[in-house]
Amino acid sequence: MSMQHALFDTAGPRARRRIAIVTVISLVGIVGLFALAYYQFYSSGQLAPSKWRELWQPATIRYLGRALANTGLAALGAAAIGLPLGLLLAVGRLSRSAWFRWPATAVIEAFRAVPVLLIIYIFMFALPQYGINPDVYWKLVIPIGLCAAATLAEVFRAGVLALPRGQGEAAAAVGMTGPQAFRLVIFPQALRVVIPALVAQAVIVVKDTAFGYVVSYSELMQSGRVLVANTGDLIQTYLVITVIYVILNIIISRLAQRLDRVLAAKRGGRKYTALIPGRSAIQ
Amino acid sequence: MQIILTEYLGTLARGLGTTAVLTAVAFVASVVLGLILATFRISPIPPLRVAGAVYVEIFRNVPLVSLLIVVVYGLPEINLNPGFVPGVIIAMTLVGTAFACETFRTGINAIGAGQVEAARSIGLTFGGIVRDLILPQATRTVIGPTVTLFIGILLSSSLATVVGVRDLTGTVSYINNREALGITTFLVAAVLYAAISLGAAALGARLETRLRVLR
Repeated sequence: MSMQHALFDTAGPRARRRIAIVTVISLVGIVGLFALAYYQFYSSGQLAPSKWRELWQPATIRYLGRALANTGLAALGAAAIGLPLGLLLAVGRLSRSAWFRWPATAVIEAFRAVPVLLIIYIFMFALPQYGINPDVYWKLVIPIGLCAAATLAEVFRAGVLALPRGQGEAAAAVGMTGPQAFRLVIFPQALRVVIPALVAQAVIVVKDTAFGYVVSYSELMQSGRVLVANTGDLIQTYLVITVIYVILNIIISRLAQRLDRVLAAKRGGRKYTALIPGRSAIQ
Repeated sequence: MQIILTEYLGTLARGLGTTAVLTAVAFVASVVLGLILATFRISPIPPLRVAGAVYVEIFRNVPLVSLLIVVVYGLPEINLNPGFVPGVIIAMTLVGTAFACETFRTGINAIGAGQVEAARSIGLTFGGIVRDLILPQATRTVIGPTVTLFIGILLSSSLATVVGVRDLTGTVSYINNREALGITTFLVAAVLYAAISLGAAALGARLETRLRVLR
């Protein structure tokens, strides 16, 4: 029984008529919006075949393919930084010793409260003043990885806290030390709980790689800029690139949802979807 | 450090002001439109439900940078010119609305069908259920996620810099271009962002305890 069915009665004849009327009105509204968008494109000449032709050339498609691969490389690089660092921060924040807990908490909260772009700017403009001038790939990937680490730390921590307390107590009862219990009992189970949430976080990382546009690393956005400089077909190129991002991220989100279902079924139906915490992935 | 706080205090304040305006307008617009979209998604009108679902699916998965470029540089090509600051706000709101909608929908769904059924069985009307059962509870469960939404919108406002609007991030970048004082300039902005984020989080936590129902 879903909320939907609980909220509404089965519609009677009058309610059904009202629903039908509002349905027609909203359909007209939606079609109208699309018609308006079509008209704006048409009247400004942006639908002309010549404006789209360049985008379907094999050379352009190969170029965008390479750009997509670079987006993937940047996302993988950021994940390679964010996952281990995030785990380390989570362990630190869960530690009983204040010497580990406070610094880890401070780092997590700091990187969750500051925009990725600002950290990218530090890598682009501030660190070179000290003679630290890495390749553009790292100027993009390290800041994304650092911010991802802070979010992932909270995901890991939520996973550990979601486990029943009896797990840790049972481990202690059979004589395991704290670190042993964590390594052999808590972590393996927590990991299985958070895997879907970790995959879902990949959407944020992929989105953040679009800052390649700022650091001039030739991923999708930056490659789009190069294409526009050559063809002048601005709105067409960026619309296609935006669609590529949306499709890529929808695939990742679906994968996360499926994993969640499969893993929850293995646990006997207990779902942990609610524990995806942290920064909402607006940027 | 001193020169930032003396010579550039006004510049910094203007940047912070721009960030505040972008964040406030986009946040309020996202909350209002997100509520409307959430109503669409639980309404019995099929086209509105589908439109709401499709909208959320698209705008939750789009990187703000690419949307921003489409809105600010792309729309003028089809004879719609929002200008820079409104363009940034439009792009932020388009994405923020999708996240706000999901925040509210999850809050409503968290109440559980059993309670609604119970209310129906003792004769409450739809309006009564929404007013006396759903809203009071949903407001509480939604405070935390709404603070997260606010922080997300605040951080996303930094993207204004990408299209040349001088918000907080853009301002420290400008000061850095002129003075080259190293990392300090950027840390000033980082501290300001963190102060607003953590301030919002603390405020949300206080509201949550105040509104909590002891069972």
